[in-house]
Amino acid sequence: MTLEAFADTIVPGEKRSVDDRAVAGAAAGGGAVASGAVELLETPAVGLATALGDIVDALNGHALEHAAEHGLALDGSVPPFVALPFAHRTALVQTLTGPAHQQRDIWVALALFSNMAFDTAAHLHTAEAIEAGHPGLATLGFAKPDADGVWRFPDYSYRRQLANVHPNTTASGSPA
Amino acid sequence: MSSAERTDVLVVGSGFGGAIAAYHLAAGGARVVVLERGPWLTADDFDHDYLLGSSYTRIFDFVVGDGMSLLGGNCVGGGSVVFFAAMPRAPGFVFERKGSIGRRMWPSTLTRDTLDPWYDRVAEALPVSQQGWADVTYSGGLFAAACDHAGRTANPVPVAIDTARCTNCNWMMSGCRFDAKRSLLLNYLPAALAHGAQIRPMHEVQRLSRNDDGGYRVHYNVIDDEDYRAQTGCGAIDAKIVVLAAGAGATPVILQRSEATLGAMPSAVGRYFSGNGERLNTAIVNEERAGELLGLSRADGSVYTANQIGRGPVVASWDNLDGALPEFSRFSLEQLYFPPGFGTILAQVPDAAGPTWFGVEKKELVRRWRSWLTIFTMTEDDNEGVFGPPPPTGNAVRISQQMLGRGPIRYHPTANTLGGWAESDAVVRDIMERDGLARVMPWTNDVVGAYTVHPLASCRIGDDPRTSALDDRHELRNHPGIFVTDGSAVPGALTVNPALTIAALAERAMPGIVRAAQQRGVNVRYGAPAPDGATSGRSGVLPLVPTLVHE
Repeated sequence: MTLEAFADTIVPGEKRSVDDRAVAGAAAGGGAVASGAVELLETPAVGLATALGDIVDALNGHALEHAAEHGLALDGSVPPFVALPFAHRTALVQTLTGPAHQQRDIWVALALFSNMAFDTAAHLHTAEAIEAGHPGLATLGFAKPDADGVWRFPDYSYRRQLANVHPNTTASGSPA
Repeated sequence: MSSAERTDVLVVGSGFGGAIAAYHLAAGGARVVVLERGPWLTADDFDHDYLLGSSYTRIFDFVVGDGMSLLGGNCVGGGSVVFFAAMPRAPGFVFERKGSIGRRMWPSTLTRDTLDPWYDRVAEALPVSQQGWADVTYSGGLFAAACDHAGRTANPVPVAIDTARCTNCNWMMSGCRFDAKRSLLLNYLPAALAHGAQIRPMHEVQRLSRNDDGGYRVHYNVIDDEDYRAQTGCGAIDAKIVVLAAGAGATPVILQRSEATLGAMPSAVGRYFSGNGERLNTAIVNEERAGELLGLSRADGSVYTANQIGRGPVVASWDNLDGALPEFSRFSLEQLYFPPGFGTILAQVPDAAGPTWFGVEKKELVRRWRSWLTIFTMTEDDNEGVFGPPPPTGNAVRISQQMLGRGPIRYHPTANTLGGWAESDAVVRDIMERDGLARVMPWTNDVVGAYTVHPLASCRIGDDPRTSALDDRHELRNHPGIFVTDGSAVPGALTVNPALTIAALAERAMPGIVRAAQQRGVNVRYGAPAPDGATSGRSGVLPLVPTLVHE
């Protein structure tokens, strides 16, 4: 649930149900969580899977510190990071990924993979992800492949000169 | 000394610097072995797929350092397999650059004029083609029209692409499954193989040691096919000549790790690294305004919405490549496509009230992805990159099974570099925001530092031993018989895509390497034609050969 809340802070999405606590519902449409961020983070190839338990503990520790600093009373029925209001989750992630944070590498990595789940569906075959309506690729408007699963764009050019070329262009087509 | 396999020439890496060396030395008669840390894939293996473990992650390397992230190839063919194949020559003023060392960075023997015959050689070999406006993609066309609207020029760039085969799929970073991109898999490497060179994939060179006969022993690990963090073996090969071409992010690391056995390295090994002054801006195009201002329309009635369509950079704007301008103020601009992931994560939201690169506003920006136009800037940076102590193996501590690692590069941009980025950002903004055409923001440098797809200069040529690791024939100072021919040999940022310059310098280094091999008893001669047998490039350089060999 904590990882879901983190991923939802990176690419927010709509709640999966009315009592969804991890997904804050800060944006319309599916976000990183619906796109499979946790599945991606748990994929051994990513290299973070065995560390995720420690990462969750650390994130919740930072959430408790953040809550104390800001005088926030957290609902104890969910992990501290999940209990943070969305704006505070966002502020905390900004701090954790900021240039000054000692452990920023780990938080940046977590953010990058959360983003990748949404933008590239890196845990799925791309063509299959599109076919299944993957929320991130759909949000981008990523085009469907041809029937053989390969992309081709035969319509690709305005087919006319749209600027003057540089006067010092050499015969090889390079700058002088 | 225990017995090890022997060869005449050991080439480390199979990108431009390695493939060109392997071809010429094998064609000249030498026994050549090429060790490549990545896999050996060909057209049928190149996937249109972002799934981890597809060709996208197998052949690409992303190393995060302190203040700089490096992107590069990790496969047989090296950068040529994953790159965008833009092949301009470096403008003449580049060779006169002084950087911050107070003297010309390039060897006195090198100018645009003296390099042109070598550029011609590579252009014939790949080959490099000029594009017409009918080849220019929608994104390139939009950028050209925007430049024109802003009173600037714009050029279709020379490319190593067979545009008749190209499907404009924009999956170039995963390798070209149509063999439209003229990577080294289609020219120098098959020609080297035909002349008997051996290429061994998944062989990552760790260090060199010196043998009693004056040759070198090259120590390597064999990397697991799927999990690059794992090693499945190790070994060593003895060679009379070593050509290092592991890439500017790896060559200096191998040499640093070899210091314990080879002795002190020149001080410029692992210093003066340049990221080619690279910078990216993402413009969010106002489709309606683009139609009104630029008169653009597609057959389906839309104006642009074509971010996904194309083949990397096709149009460049060279108005700021003016040798009369002060150093650090000269740069070129190119329209570019990066796939989602690399191409989306660092893009920033204009006028964001909250975080610029993630969160609610970023998601709204991503909704307009089809209207994005990415502008790539290549400026003059200050060679401020320095490599720290080498990691235990390879050039990075690998985090993921493939692609992602943490490397020893440190890069803290100087005021000169920051000034160039600011000037170029302002020009990009002027072009793309003029009259409401688009909104623009540079990519953030706060997440993974600055970034480069063209690492250079970490083991560079020059005349001054204090600021260059190699002499003007690319031989490592004080370590005869070791040559470096990859991007690390280029003295500094080029203000354009560097592949053709790296390749031309490698071609130019060959007569000297062949001569050194001869002096070590190898029966080899210089003078192979282009890989397909064409000879006009060779005719152009033969008169220059006597100036490039030391007796």
